[in-house]
Amino acid sequence: MPIIEIIFYLFSTVLVLSALSVITVGNAIHAVLFLILSFFSAACIWILLQAEFLAITLVLVYVGAVMVLFLFVVMMLDINVTSAKEGFARYLPAGVLVSLAMAVQLFLVIWTRGMETVPMPAAEGEDYSHTSAIGELLYSEYLYAFEIAAVLLLVAIIAAISLTHRRRPETKYQDPSRQVRVKREERLRIIKMKSEGEEG
Amino acid sequence: MTLAELQLALPEIFVLSMACVVLLADLFISDERRGLTHTLAVITLVFATILSLRLMMAPGEVIYGFSDTFIRDRFGDVLKVFSYLILIGVFVYAKHYLRQFDLFKGEFYTLSLFALLGTMVLISAGSLLTVYLGLELLTLASYALVAIDRNSMQGSEAAVKYFVLGSLASGFLLFGMSLIFGATGSLDLNDVSAALASGMGESMLLTVGLVFIVLGIAFKLGAVPLHMWIPDVYHGAPLPITLFLSSIPKLAAVALAIRLLDNGLIELHADWQGMLIVLAALSMILGNVVAIAQTNIKRMLAYSTISHMGFVLLGMLPATQQGYAAAMFYAIVYAIMSAGAFAVLILLSNKGAEAENLDDLKGLAKRNPWHALMMLMLMFSLAGIPVFVGFFAKWQVIAATLSAGFTWLSILAVVMAVIGAFYYLRVVKLMYFDEPDDTEPVAAPVDFRAVLTVNGVAVLALGIFSGGLISLCVSSFV
Repeated sequence: MPIIEIIFYLFSTVLVLSALSVITVGNAIHAVLFLILSFFSAACIWILLQAEFLAITLVLVYVGAVMVLFLFVVMMLDINVTSAKEGFARYLPAGVLVSLAMAVQLFLVIWTRGMETVPMPAAEGEDYSHTSAIGELLYSEYLYAFEIAAVLLLVAIIAAISLTHRRRPETKYQDPSRQVRVKREERLRIIKMKSEGEEG
Repeated sequence: MTLAELQLALPEIFVLSMACVVLLADLFISDERRGLTHTLAVITLVFATILSLRLMMAPGEVIYGFSDTFIRDRFGDVLKVFSYLILIGVFVYAKHYLRQFDLFKGEFYTLSLFALLGTMVLISAGSLLTVYLGLELLTLASYALVAIDRNSMQGSEAAVKYFVLGSLASGFLLFGMSLIFGATGSLDLNDVSAALASGMGESMLLTVGLVFIVLGIAFKLGAVPLHMWIPDVYHGAPLPITLFLSSIPKLAAVALAIRLLDNGLIELHADWQGMLIVLAALSMILGNVVAIAQTNIKRMLAYSTISHMGFVLLGMLPATQQGYAAAMFYAIVYAIMSAGAFAVLILLSNKGAEAENLDDLKGLAKRNPWHALMMLMLMFSLAGIPVFVGFFAKWQVIAATLSAGFTWLSILAVVMAVIGAFYYLRVVKLMYFDEPDDTEPVAAPVDFRAVLTVNGVAVLALGIFSGGLISLCVSSFV
């Protein structure tokens, strides 16, 4: 077995096991860490496919930025794991039944039709750059799709803000322009009253 | 990219720019003058209609743009024009409700316009990539719209359900697409079709990919057995959002099915026909039978949607031009009818309480005879009673199925249509023969009443002069 296949199976095993752990471990923080591990393994597999740009982006964007934010959110929320696992035993028989049925069906299809192999794409030369290939395609052939993806992000921002932003009337805030324009009368009120001494 | 390509996508570019203008302008509009946002959004749709009509009038050949990721054809233009017109109706209906329920905010308009943009991208998608992106744009905006009333627990619950199930369905679709891409080596629908035609129809990757794609389509249409989300989301969302969800996304789902199954995977027709037969038959049976048991009218109309989508699938499965035209005609007609039916519910909703139960419709004829008449026409049309356009929609679909040789399926469709007539006619009975609980006359702003009247009369007029719309749909598939 060539070394590249050994590496592939190694990373694939780690990927599958860590992905399984994401949904089975009890602690939410551990789940996020396993998710990071699975992203990392996926990035390594991409490197094997010579898709170095995608692999680096995955690590930079997902592992570096998104998952860190995710970790913050998970740490701030008080997630009750026991309530999330409630009813597990109750739904287990139905779940197992459906999964078994699907597994049998898939197996039958594969059994009758036989596995097939898709030919490996030819490896590119040493001076081939995926980064520039992606860049060229993205801004020429897939320009329209690229723009729509940008709109999708815009909608995600609008949706997130419209669902979470609230104007709270009870919130206290400073208004610098009013602070500057304040008049003496607003700061200090002079009232006339009899002094203590006159009475006595 | 050339100027000619940009001109093809002029309606999309216009709607995108105006959605951004509405988004920004709304920030500077005070709450008292929020009507301006509404006017701006309606003007956008009017101009978009003109732009698309101009493209529609041009010679009918199919033009590809943006490296084949964009298709301009008559089918797309007709669907887009109807999307704009129906959305104008949705906006007018929604304004009345949003004002009453203190939800009159700019986000509704921005998100709806972006959802429309997603629909447009999907309608004229030429590659798997644009199909997916258009669909995501539409559904992402829809998730947010369902949760627009943040103080409503029901709305939030519906939004989360919709989001989780919708993401799962998008995942199915994407998985199917990636398998198709892996087998054919192209994202381009034409190339996929050409690769399949050159003799790789028996590949297992393709079959598995096709199963996932059909599942994704079935979810978006709301066909049984992937219909579970429809009643809950329709019930939980505020009325104008339900109104929106039951109209424009249905047109988008039909475009999704036709683009993927006809433009891309027509060579696998023998495989997907069987799947659509099961989906169509189950949807018609379950939708119509379960709708009878509903006392909540939003849920009743949700189950009626499921059964109507069964009819749409029925038109699609023979994979003939006649069938596609019938399915397209059915979807357009359904969107018009269901918009009107939900509008009457908005009309009956008073400050703070939505008209949800069948009993809320009691004696509508005494409270507001004209609008009761409109509802009567809409219900007759949904039931498929002759003269009204709903009858011709069913007629076209069943004729297409019969001529493809599916006699038992056509008989089932007719039987289910008769069963379905029961719950539509029950609404008419409640309106005309029961005494109202609340004798207060129903009032609505003049634009609302005008659009509702147009909507109701359209159902009759399109029925009497159904030839025009039918030939428009037929000409889309020549």
